[in-house]
Amino acid sequence: MAATIAEKIFSMKCGRSVRAGDVVMAPVDAAMIHDITGPLAVRVFREMGGERVYDPERIIMLFDHQVPADSIPAAENHVFMRQFAEEQGIHNYDLLEGVCHQVVMEKGRAAPGEIIVGTDSHTCTYGAAGAFATGIGSTDMGFALKFGALYFRVPESILVEVEGAFGRRVGAKDLILSLAGDIGADGATYMALEFTGRAMREMSMAGRMTCANMAIEMGAKAGIVQPDAATWDYVTARRAIEPFDLAGDADAGYRERRRYDVTDLSPQVAVPHNVDNVVNVTDVAGTKVDQVFIGSCTNGRYEDLAEAAEVLGNADAFADGVRVIVIPASRTEYLKSLRAGLIERFVEAGALVEAPCCGPCMGGAFGLLAPGEVSLSTSNRNFRGRQGSAQASVYLSSPATAAASALYGEITDPREV
Amino acid sequence: MRVWKFGDDIDTDAIIPGRFLTIYDPAELAKHAFEGTRDEFAKGAREGDVVVAGSNFGCGSSREHAPLALLGAGIHVVVAKSFARIFYRNAVNTGLLPLVCPETDSIRDGDAVSVDIAAGFIEVNGRRFAVEPVPGFLKKIVDAGGLVTYAKNLDRVETCNTE
Repeated sequence: MAATIAEKIFSMKCGRSVRAGDVVMAPVDAAMIHDITGPLAVRVFREMGGERVYDPERIIMLFDHQVPADSIPAAENHVFMRQFAEEQGIHNYDLLEGVCHQVVMEKGRAAPGEIIVGTDSHTCTYGAAGAFATGIGSTDMGFALKFGALYFRVPESILVEVEGAFGRRVGAKDLILSLAGDIGADGATYMALEFTGRAMREMSMAGRMTCANMAIEMGAKAGIVQPDAATWDYVTARRAIEPFDLAGDADAGYRERRRYDVTDLSPQVAVPHNVDNVVNVTDVAGTKVDQVFIGSCTNGRYEDLAEAAEVLGNADAFADGVRVIVIPASRTEYLKSLRAGLIERFVEAGALVEAPCCGPCMGGAFGLLAPGEVSLSTSNRNFRGRQGSAQASVYLSSPATAAASALYGEITDPREV
Repeated sequence: MRVWKFGDDIDTDAIIPGRFLTIYDPAELAKHAFEGTRDEFAKGAREGDVVVAGSNFGCGSSREHAPLALLGAGIHVVVAKSFARIFYRNAVNTGLLPLVCPETDSIRDGDAVSVDIAAGFIEVNGRRFAVEPVPGFLKKIVDAGGLVTYAKNLDRVETCNTE
């Protein structure tokens, strides 16, 4: 019977055919917890009578939101989580490796066909590896830690076929912002977005992660890029696993089929205060910015930093009066960027380059905005108050647009630089 | 009991900003609920008040601090045209009842409200609005008083049975 990728994954895990709308208690292949939502999950696990986690090998722990600890309570949470990891025999990546979603991907902890949960809404990022990955709350995680399984309603899927080839300085972030604008902040609620098409196949794993990462911004439970040779190259370089075919059937019961051609796509910007408030960069060009943030689980990879550095070119400095914060998403990406000379270029031009972490994205740590200030960010959310004051404004863009805007101190079309 | 009326796309950053996520106690979280976006809520919300909103309530983060902050403020019921998936599930798990009601537009801030869950309606200023119950598989969790109580009584779970 014809099936979507999401239906096939749940069917594989359950050993029989399940369909959208079915509710199943499904086993989870991996569970990720971090410093913000982890402590509550551990407390709930204990309240549920949990003594030993179901399988320490399948639990991924790391700290990224408040790193290094920016307050005494944050430091206490880190200690609490370290003690739990030690007690349970869980490997803790601690604050050494970087942002959760980047670390899960680059350590090969996500693979096609797996079901992965994480106490972070952007857990859907692992759909770039062909996994069914979804964000859950801490109480659901307490349950998953105890039983290794969780209730899921198998979602309907929207098929997104992306064709054509991106123009100069236009890419994955512009595509996914454009989709958020079209589908809307709740247009894919309870569904899976399944990405296929030529432009997806030609996209780097970094770009695919950017797309899957923002599925939640349309309300989706998961965003899955149909696995191909590039997916398997990425995954098999990180763990021993035998490749297999995993594609949605042509005649599967997709809720909707959407087709995009990216050939004429312009750089996109999400304007305050909703992610689906998306316009062409030309519509907001000239808007003055106080801070530019290049980083996060959406756009903190080497490819993103290289894109920004390419736009920076030989310029001596970023514009006066603009704070530029660059944060590689992981130690691996940091080292790669460092060795390629990107970090040196950013520092020369006046950027603050920070150690891998979430940075200003969630507004919990540093880099917060004062009332009236404007930020352009490569992260995934521009909600009111997200990066500090509720009277500040956050715009979202690609790394190329962010770099161009940092050069001029105002939102700038990267194709004009 | 009064209505606290909100619009569409009320996100979890609005419900509880990121800088307060080191807090886990619902009463302490409640002191910062809607801080920066609706400052009178934290001081004014009373036990039994009801949050009524438009579509996509609770979009954004998976932070369970959001339903906990509302519970700490004495809110036990949120009525909205639709909910974001993770928030909905977190609400059910923690004992905050999310009720879907397609016609919240005519409900106003400060309206007097009562809730009859068993009968499936809320009454605002003498007018009844039908609300959709939580779906079957989550009803067990609601009836148990939240996922913690539900899970306490389980030694193991049977996987892959369809509900």
